Amino acid sequence: MTEKQLSATEQLMEQEADSLARAAIGAPKQPRSSLGRRVRSTVSAYGFLLPAIALVITFFIIPGILLIILSFTNLSSANFTEPWEFIGFANFERLFTDPFFPKILRNTVFYVFTTLIFFNLGLALVLALVTTNIPRRRGFFFRLVWLLPRLTPSVVYILMWKRIGSADPFGIYNQFMPEVLGASGGNLFLGGAPWAFVILTNGFVGASFGMIIFTSALMSIPEDLITAAKVDGASTWRIIRDIKLPLIKWPLLFIATYQTLSLLTSFEYILLLTEGGPGLFTTEVWALTAYKRAFSSYFGNSQWAFGATWAIVLVAVALVMAVLYVKIFKFNELVEEPRIENL
Amino acid sequence: MRVELENLSKAWDGVVGADRITLDIADGEFVAFLGPSGCGKTTTLLMVAGIYKPSGGTIKFDGHVVNEVAPKDRGIGMVFQSYALYPHMTVFGNISYPLRIQKVNKTEIKERVQKVADMMGIGDLLDRKIVQLSGGQQQRVSLGRALVKEPQLLLFDEPLSNLDARLRLTMRGEIKRLQEEMGITAIYVTHDQVEAMTMADRIAVMSGGVLQAYDVPTDLYEHPKTQFVAGFVGNPPMNFFDVEIVAMDGEFRAKSGSIDLALPRDRAEKAAAAGKDKLIMGVRPEDIYLVDDAEPAAPGRTLTAAIEVVEPLGREDLLGVTVNDVEMRVLVDKTKGAAVGDNVDLVFDMSSVQFFDPETEQSVLWT
Ligand SMILES: Nc1ncnc2c1ncn2[C@@H]1O[C@H](COP(=O)(O)OP(=O)(O)O)[C@@H](O)[C@H]1O
Ligand SMILES: [Mg+2]
Repeated sequence: MTEKQLSATEQLMEQEADSLARAAIGAPKQPRSSLGRRVRSTVSAYGFLLPAIALVITFFIIPGILLIILSFTNLSSANFTEPWEFIGFANFERLFTDPFFPKILRNTVFYVFTTLIFFNLGLALVLALVTTNIPRRRGFFFRLVWLLPRLTPSVVYILMWKRIGSADPFGIYNQFMPEVLGASGGNLFLGGAPWAFVILTNGFVGASFGMIIFTSALMSIPEDLITAAKVDGASTWRIIRDIKLPLIKWPLLFIATYQTLSLLTSFEYILLLTEGGPGLFTTEVWALTAYKRAFSSYFGNSQWAFGATWAIVLVAVALVMAVLYVKIFKFNELVEEPRIENL
Repeated sequence: MRVELENLSKAWDGVVGADRITLDIADGEFVAFLGPSGCGKTTTLLMVAGIYKPSGGTIKFDGHVVNEVAPKDRGIGMVFQSYALYPHMTVFGNISYPLRIQKVNKTEIKERVQKVADMMGIGDLLDRKIVQLSGGQQQRVSLGRALVKEPQLLLFDEPLSNLDARLRLTMRGEIKRLQEEMGITAIYVTHDQVEAMTMADRIAVMSGGVLQAYDVPTDLYEHPKTQFVAGFVGNPPMNFFDVEIVAMDGEFRAKSGSIDLALPRDRAEKAAAAGKDKLIMGVRPEDIYLVDDAEPAAPGRTLTAAIEVVEPLGREDLLGVTVNDVEMRVLVDKTKGAAVGDNVDLVFDMSSVQFFDPETEQSVLWT
């Protein structure tokens, strides 16, 4: 804690003790100028905010600024013993003229929106609807099962998927399923269906977050509304479409926004599963490129500055998307209008 | 539509919601389900609506068993205590919803919604959002939504309980008038006996999932068949005393400790015929008076009491008094100026006294 904050806290405690003591002996409250009081309360308010502000500055603002500065330099593991040089927009030029840039961009868009729509929103919604429509305890059990992947360490989780998709004598899929579904016999995530594996691994984990949020939103819909809709003649499907979905609009939009941003920056499952392969950049997404450029580039050279450039541009894209979501989804309008009491 | 319930029951592993309810409702009749909270009124109503599947018994509409018929095919409209309006739709959206599901064409929907809304006095609010309406307006929308599909049976689940007392009074009259005008059969669930008494043609009194009595309001009040009904119907509730019936000098008296009251012959003979050592006697607070010029002391029907509590109810005062150690409630004109601590003479009007068997709690006067 900083000195300033300490003193503010002390001051507050003194005041408290003082007024308590006065109250105990029945003495009148000390008159105090309103200006003085306002200054004091402002100071103490900022005092309480300080730890949070300090954390944000230390771990977000400062690294952000450093990253931006870094993206204009040539710092890499090849030359970090010499002072770095500012090289203008060279890194940005290099990024946008990279021959694989269009492919990485396409991969990222495909990865983010396919996972988002089919799993983080779609499957999550289906799971929430189903588990709230069966007896309570059973629903709770199934949701718990769906949370397991999220609770499993990434490496263990991906190892299990690798075991499922490995080449012939080892892979579970190749041992049991080819007669049913047809398969190559080869490695699936590095051959047959890399994208399917990338999206499934991410989607199975991603769906559970939306599932929890949607479930609690669905459970908060008053039972009377559903009864009313049934009496009005609505089928199960119409109840979902006309009543349930509109009433969980806010959580749906929130999950869409939040998950878009988190998918944009996520890469660890892809790194562990395919490392962006098979071949050149088949499943490589933007965040993975940033990581690879900065920390595990080919020829043993970590291009810290160039990696920072990828990361900075990605953050900029994410910010723009966040603003777009807020505008398109009209988040501010979700605040209810006040009731007019008459009659 | 004629409604018949036969041994209708609902239980959730161990919890009994409704226990063998049997009653019939004539076409166009207004029936109230009356009982304390948790007695199974909503459960029974939701079975009639088709939301709950009965654990046993049958529901018949116009003679046809409808146990397996889906709610939407039962020709019912429903109004809830919570209004249950769709918050994301406008007033028009809410009232038109049942018609939109039936795929009625647009112009007809407009006409019918407007007609119902005008009837409910909310014709100019159709574009409003639900949150912009007061409670009374919301309840009118909900009533409109129930009526727009021209149901043959209207189900109300405590529709006025969330409204303020004044509005409740207005809406009470309005619902009754609408129901009579349109001639729709109605089931009206309430825990408010005044609502039930004033609105219903017949009242089904329920307690613990069991139908206690099913009768016209005046009969419930004058000829209660069980002690529960006697205690539940009528406000303030009936006073009950343990008494013995004693025949003395060709006169019957109800005796117990400090109580000694002469009984009218017809009731006393019936009570004595039950052959019980002890009976529970019931006297309504409005049948006890303070002795004065208008109500002179009557021999054998007067007791001396001490006033413990005075609750002013406006026109009347509700007194809590004790006759030696027996407590009772007395409803008196407020002009009598009763005050706590006064010792007063009370005269009992015994012509409507009730008697119940202490073991079965059944009336020994009416069966
Ligand atoms: N869905 C349910 N599951 C289990 N018990 C229920 C359910 N609905 C009602 N009950 C029980 O049935 C009894 C009657 O409830 P209800 O019909 O709602 O009473 P009322 O409407 O008269 O206040 C209560 O004991 C209640 O706890
Ligand atoms: Mg109820």
